[in-house]
Amino acid sequence: MSDVVEKTLTALPSLLSLDSQPGSAKLSSTAKLGNLIRGITELTSKHEEEKLIQHELASIKEQVSSPNTTMRQMRELMVRAVYCEMLGYEASFSYIHAIKLAQQGNVLEKRVGYLAVSLFLNESHELLLLLVNTVLKDLQSTNLIEVCMALTVVCQIFPKDMIPVILPIVEEKLNHPKEIIRRKAVLALHKFYLIAPNQVQHIHNKFRKALCDKDPGVMTASLHIYLQLIQENAEAYKDLTASFVTILKQVVGGKLPMDFNYHSVPAPWLQIQLLRILSLLGKNDQRTSEVMYEVLDESLRRAEMNHNITYAILYECVKCVYTIHPKSELLEKAAKCIGNFVLSPKINLKYLGLKALTYVVQQDPKLALQHQMTIIECLDHSDVIIKRETLELLFRITNAQNVTVIVEKMLDFLRLSKDDHMTIDIVGKVAELAEKYPFKHYSTMNAVFSLGGDMMQPEIPNGFLKLLSEGFDSEEEDRKLRLFAVSSYISLLQGEPSKLPQRFLQVICWVLGEYSFLKEDLEPSVVLGLLTKLLDMKSSSSETKSWVLVAMTKLCWSEAAVSEAQQVAETYSSSFDTTLRQRAQELQHLSRDSQLHSRVLPPGGRLEPDEVVDSSLSFLDGFVSEALSAGAAPYKPLHQRQEELSRSKVLSLEPYGLSLPISTSSCSITDRQSPTLLSTSSGLSGDGTDFSHRGSSTTLRLDGVKRVWGREGYLAQKKPVEEVAQVEVPSPLRSPSQQGDANSCRSKTPTPTANPECDQEKQQLASSLFGGLSSQSSVCLISGAAKMVNIQRFRRKAKGQRSSSTTNEQRANPTVSSASAVDNLLCNNLLEADTEPINSSAKQTFQHPHSLSVANGACDAEAILTDGDPKERNQPLSSEDFVEADDSPPREDQERSKDSCLTPHLPAELSGFSHSEIIPLCSSQSLDLSACHVQTDNSVVLVVFITNTSEDANLQIQVFCVCESPVEEVRGRSVSVRQYSLTVKMPLVHFELVGMLSYSIPAGMPQAMMQFSYKLPLTSFIRPLTVSTEEYGSMWLAFSHDTKQNLTLIKEEREPLTATLNALNKKLSLHVVEIIGVEGLVACSLLQDQPCLMHCRVHAGRLAVWLRSPVPDLPDCLLYHCQRALQEP
Amino acid sequence: MDGWMGGWFMLLFSRQGKLRLQKWYVPLSDKEKKKITRELVQTVLARKPKMCSFLEWRDLKIVYKRYASLYFCCAIEDQDNELITLEIIHRYVELLDKYFGSVCELDIIFNFEKAYFILDEFLLGGEAQETSKKNVLKAIEQADLLQEVRWQTDSFFHLLAHY
Repeated sequence: MSDVVEKTLTALPSLLSLDSQPGSAKLSSTAKLGNLIRGITELTSKHEEEKLIQHELASIKEQVSSPNTTMRQMRELMVRAVYCEMLGYEASFSYIHAIKLAQQGNVLEKRVGYLAVSLFLNESHELLLLLVNTVLKDLQSTNLIEVCMALTVVCQIFPKDMIPVILPIVEEKLNHPKEIIRRKAVLALHKFYLIAPNQVQHIHNKFRKALCDKDPGVMTASLHIYLQLIQENAEAYKDLTASFVTILKQVVGGKLPMDFNYHSVPAPWLQIQLLRILSLLGKNDQRTSEVMYEVLDESLRRAEMNHNITYAILYECVKCVYTIHPKSELLEKAAKCIGNFVLSPKINLKYLGLKALTYVVQQDPKLALQHQMTIIECLDHSDVIIKRETLELLFRITNAQNVTVIVEKMLDFLRLSKDDHMTIDIVGKVAELAEKYPFKHYSTMNAVFSLGGDMMQPEIPNGFLKLLSEGFDSEEEDRKLRLFAVSSYISLLQGEPSKLPQRFLQVICWVLGEYSFLKEDLEPSVVLGLLTKLLDMKSSSSETKSWVLVAMTKLCWSEAAVSEAQQVAETYSSSFDTTLRQRAQELQHLSRDSQLHSRVLPPGGRLEPDEVVDSSLSFLDGFVSEALSAGAAPYKPLHQRQEELSRSKVLSLEPYGLSLPISTSSCSITDRQSPTLLSTSSGLSGDGTDFSHRGSSTTLRLDGVKRVWGREGYLAQKKPVEEVAQVEVPSPLRSPSQQGDANSCRSKTPTPTANPECDQEKQQLASSLFGGLSSQSSVCLISGAAKMVNIQRFRRKAKGQRSSSTTNEQRANPTVSSASAVDNLLCNNLLEADTEPINSSAKQTFQHPHSLSVANGACDAEAILTDGDPKERNQPLSSEDFVEADDSPPREDQERSKDSCLTPHLPAELSGFSHSEIIPLCSSQSLDLSACHVQTDNSVVLVVFITNTSEDANLQIQVFCVCESPVEEVRGRSVSVRQYSLTVKMPLVHFELVGMLSYSIPAGMPQAMMQFSYKLPLTSFIRPLTVSTEEYGSMWLAFSHDTKQNLTLIKEEREPLTATLNALNKKLSLHVVEIIGVEGLVACSLLQDQPCLMHCRVHAGRLAVWLRSPVPDLPDCLLYHCQRALQEP
Repeated sequence: MDGWMGGWFMLLFSRQGKLRLQKWYVPLSDKEKKKITRELVQTVLARKPKMCSFLEWRDLKIVYKRYASLYFCCAIEDQDNELITLEIIHRYVELLDKYFGSVCELDIIFNFEKAYFILDEFLLGGEAQETSKKNVLKAIEQADLLQEVRWQTDSFFHLLAHY
């Protein structure tokens, strides 16, 4: 380094000597800058530099204000002023002169003037207004260079309010013959759009013209605007998709002039911009996505050269492929591409590979599995940035099995981390994981508190205390946990408490105050002694001190403790801090009066869940009305008071500024309910809704991203089935090392180190990190409420293929075993999980009953037909199958009056229940098929009506559901009724049953087929669940699947919560267990045995709901319906 | 702000931590700018040569590259493309090189206003304005037409030579 300095210094004199050559006035003017630079280089101390610059600035100041200074000199002075500012010295006196230079100088001087203005001023600087006229003049200049300069400065800074003044002229420039002017005009409009979107609303069609500009530069510039517009509203620009695709095709195909190549790659910036736009357009939109598959494929194929720029394009391409509606071929290629990144020896590419994995791993956790060895190596990478990104990735794939290892890795990172920002981020993640996977919670949190220090979010300690007080599973375990906490905290305090962060001390105080009685051999006075030490510590903040005093208040029930406590209370009752003084008073009073103490704070008392905080303070009503009648002023909320104060401005509070500091943050820790109170008062919802908000900012934002992959991932489709089975379901019984071996076989990563021990270690780590990933059922991705509607979509093909192969087998053997039929149907139903039409491969499955003349099964992805053996259920029903239609109406009327005319045909045992509208499913010349579903107390029954509309011919039908039903005849103009009881295997938002009916008219003739589908929402299966609050509480803790979201409250003046819950009760038949203040408990179950609980809380005008259930996906699906129910008028 | 194309700022500084050029694409107070510059220069200089060119720093992603004695450093947002930003830096160095003819740090020190002009012609308001090398230089040279004779320096710290 010193080498460089030396060289620079020796070079300088020879360089600067150039300046002294005669006859070059221009050079001599730069010489002054040269002198300045040289002068600074020679200096050794910061102080000397400062002196020199101040001197320089003084001389510049003198010269700029002199009337004799020419514009040329001014230009040189401005350059020097800019230099001084770059070194960090203010030269604000020169700002106005910079504007003057831009105004009055010739072209060259103007250029420096504009540059200085753009460097000196920012958008809101008031001097900027003085520039408007200059810009206006230059925009209208006949000199192209002046126009360019004006546009350049407009693109950088321009006062928002003045946009209308120059807008028409800038618009006009879009038609300028010179492309450079058009290009800059487009960028200026982009800038306007960014700072004042409504100003340019009316010229959107001009953007389209720019997009079609014959100059690629202008077209590229217009893409900046489109990217912005499409980000805000993709729907409005879907029609441009084909154009963008065409442009990208041309670029990729090398149709642009060579000038735009960069290292022989055609216009990479343009490509990346287009890929971004395409991914926004194709997101959640299959039709639009289909338009771009081809060009994406080509991009992936073309970008083969081994240069950074091609990797940049590939990376964008991969992101796009994973954002738009999935296509398996492309996904395969993209996954391979990610592999190339991850395995690259180049560190930058490796980093991007990890980043890409993090992006896609939520959709496809298998991908992480493939690269597990690389990921493990990255965990130990010497570059902290790589480590950090790896942890981010691991965080996304955390499940119950690997959480311990991952948390350990994060804590390791925290121990070494010196960067505050990263520390806060990781601490938040660890706490989130600890909350989600409560085992090992306690010791993890200890580490979090000591490592996270005081930087962590306040929700974290609050949430921890709340969990500790509410307990986990069993009383006994809770007691042990608390006891353990007390013991370890005591030993911590006996050590060096001054080294512990304040937040941790506060947690310790609360735990000791609350639970130290659990440790029987521990005298409260000992604890009190330790706590007193905290009070005396200089490093303790006053907030911590008030936590200490509260803890003491809880502890002073033995005599030794009381005397100690009173001493402390004495000292602090005259504290300057009002909160401390308040706490000291409480301590004093309660320690004096042991009766009162035991009433208010019973020793060993536990937080009772039914102790309710009366946040409306209604118990004060009497006092208030008394005071009012005695002439007191009515209460005004804080904001109102402040408003009035600022309006009147009569009173100055200044002289009272000395008044005691009020720390409201610790106001509510008085009693045993502190955790609850704390959480409400700090705005942290008890149910952690806010926590999830915060979480969502750190996790991948999935709101807009459809979760198109089911738990099976798309890999299942890529690989042959047998391999999938082998790879993905490692037996939990295998020893870790075996599993490790298996894992290493799986990973394609060659293990580079020769050291076998090291390998062994890594493989063990691998098995512990990725163990849970392989069995998909336990993968619990951390994400917000994801929409489940289409989750199964991707399975369709895979299963379709499989089922068609079974179909072939079955053709060979027409007597279908009912088991395989069930299998088929289930597959098919899975395929039909989303509400899209059946694809061809799925259809095949159903055609196999040809030979059997079987009709169709109605069941759903999750709803399978008929509990137990459907045959049994159907046969007794068949006695009712023949129902004469007394007055079947003429066909044309049937559509309309179907409901009324078929209702009488409903089986008698179902007539007592409400049934959905009977809807026509399909019909042929002689046959009408309708259906409805009936919600009984403990099931949902699908009722299918088959009406023979022909006058005379008898109809022979067979309905196929799970297993075949007997062939039967339906006489002319009569109705046959079938019913199927539906159960749910896995919740979905909507279920779609698909079936087929085969029939022949008249009986014995060749068969005809009819295909039908029936859709019903999850809500048909939802039943109210009547539980008591206590039962609710214990169930709540036991359920593992949850989701949180904020919903709209029903606008009602008095009781918005009650109104909202009533609406949910009415529309979705959820049972309202109890409403406590701003919180409500709601329970329901999916049919009989699959409960789902909902905790609601009114927070900031929204309804924060938290759903929990033992059934995966049920909370998400139910949430969807709640949302819908509340949105409907 | 999106895209690399909406970079936050660009800084050029020397191995000694001296700022050579700064361009801010977001409005910040001078105090904030100074603080960011100071912290960032320290962080980047502390990194070892074989380390990743990307850096997470506060909420931003920093992309930096060293050319001879000069560090080029861009701030982008997390979802942006780091690699293309690296190439933006490289293209800028190429432009400087072409303009100055084997550019070195001294060229940029003594002609920093030119370096700004080139940057403004290449990136405008944080967006890649013109990606054709020829067009950028044509624009600069047209504006330079009446400008003084360019300053010649030795190329002993030729930036690209060390790339």
